[in-house]
Amino acid sequence: MTGHSTAEHSKSGLTTYFAVWAALLAGTIITYEVAKIDLGVFNAAVALTIATTKALLVALFFMHLKGASEKLLKVVVVSTIFFLFLLLGLSMADYGTRHWS
Amino acid sequence: MHDSSTAVQSNHNPALLHHFATEEQQRDASSFGMWIFLATEVMFFGGLFCAYLIYRGWYYNDFAAASRSIDAFLGGTNTAVLICSSLTVVLAIWAAQTARRGLMLAMLVLTMLFGAAFLGIKGVEYHDKFKEHHVPGASFDFHDEIPGHPGEYVNPQHAQIFFALYFVMTGLHALHMIVGLGIFTWLLWAAWKGRFTPEYHTPLEIGGLYWHFVDIVWIYLFPLLYLIDRHK
Repeated sequence: MTGHSTAEHSKSGLTTYFAVWAALLAGTIITYEVAKIDLGVFNAAVALTIATTKALLVALFFMHLKGASEKLLKVVVVSTIFFLFLLLGLSMADYGTRHWS
Repeated sequence: MHDSSTAVQSNHNPALLHHFATEEQQRDASSFGMWIFLATEVMFFGGLFCAYLIYRGWYYNDFAAASRSIDAFLGGTNTAVLICSSLTVVLAIWAAQTARRGLMLAMLVLTMLFGAAFLGIKGVEYHDKFKEHHVPGASFDFHDEIPGHPGEYVNPQHAQIFFALYFVMTGLHALHMIVGLGIFTWLLWAAWKGRFTPEYHTPLEIGGLYWHFVDIVWIYLFPLLYLIDRHK
């Protein structure tokens, strides 16, 4: 997926890698510090938003999903996310609403 | 010397297997296969995350109290260690692409050192949990106050479910780290033997995909297990 390694291309790639690394470290510090502040129900939302942002950074730039040309690969990634949300979403729809009745 | 088969031979990359038309097709096939494997891994860990979310919803206060007993600073340090290891992985691949052999070897060794440091810190955490009798089983003992509710105490049974999930999820993740160290031992050996060139370094990319995936799992495990309720 990362085949074309001309000199300029890999130079800019190197800058991207270090920028992503810095962003990931910053995200870790932010999530650690924000957890000490009482935001009520939003604590979990903030923590998961930061985690998902970090996961996206790793997948897009370190795993080179950004710029991946193969359509089959996109099918695999999208269906993985779809089935994970099917698992979590339907389970939460069940267990999360049981106390309503 | 001048017949056509010799000419084809001299252009042929020895790493290109005969059933692939081009090196790019071979690389895409390897990468595609790895992503399918990672899809199964997502569902594998997804079941545990699902169990965690259900029990966390049911026993929130007990989970919050139990979560406070594990060391968030060690967990955060381990997150940083893994992020650094992911950087050294992409740098090793970059070094292979630009034919920097020394840098590639150094980055692979650094990746493995970060991986070993992660497991060492994990070991310290587990040791603390054993000492405090927080390991599920006959000697389990946890009776802290519920954070924000003075005078109210956790249900030890529910706290035990948290620690069972904590040990299974971090344990399975640690197992993946050990497998990753095995993969990188092989990659280091192959790199040392000069198997990776700017044209062919697919094993580095595939091993890297695995390492980054294990990093992503930890990126979710850290806030979910360590940071449930740190503000009271």
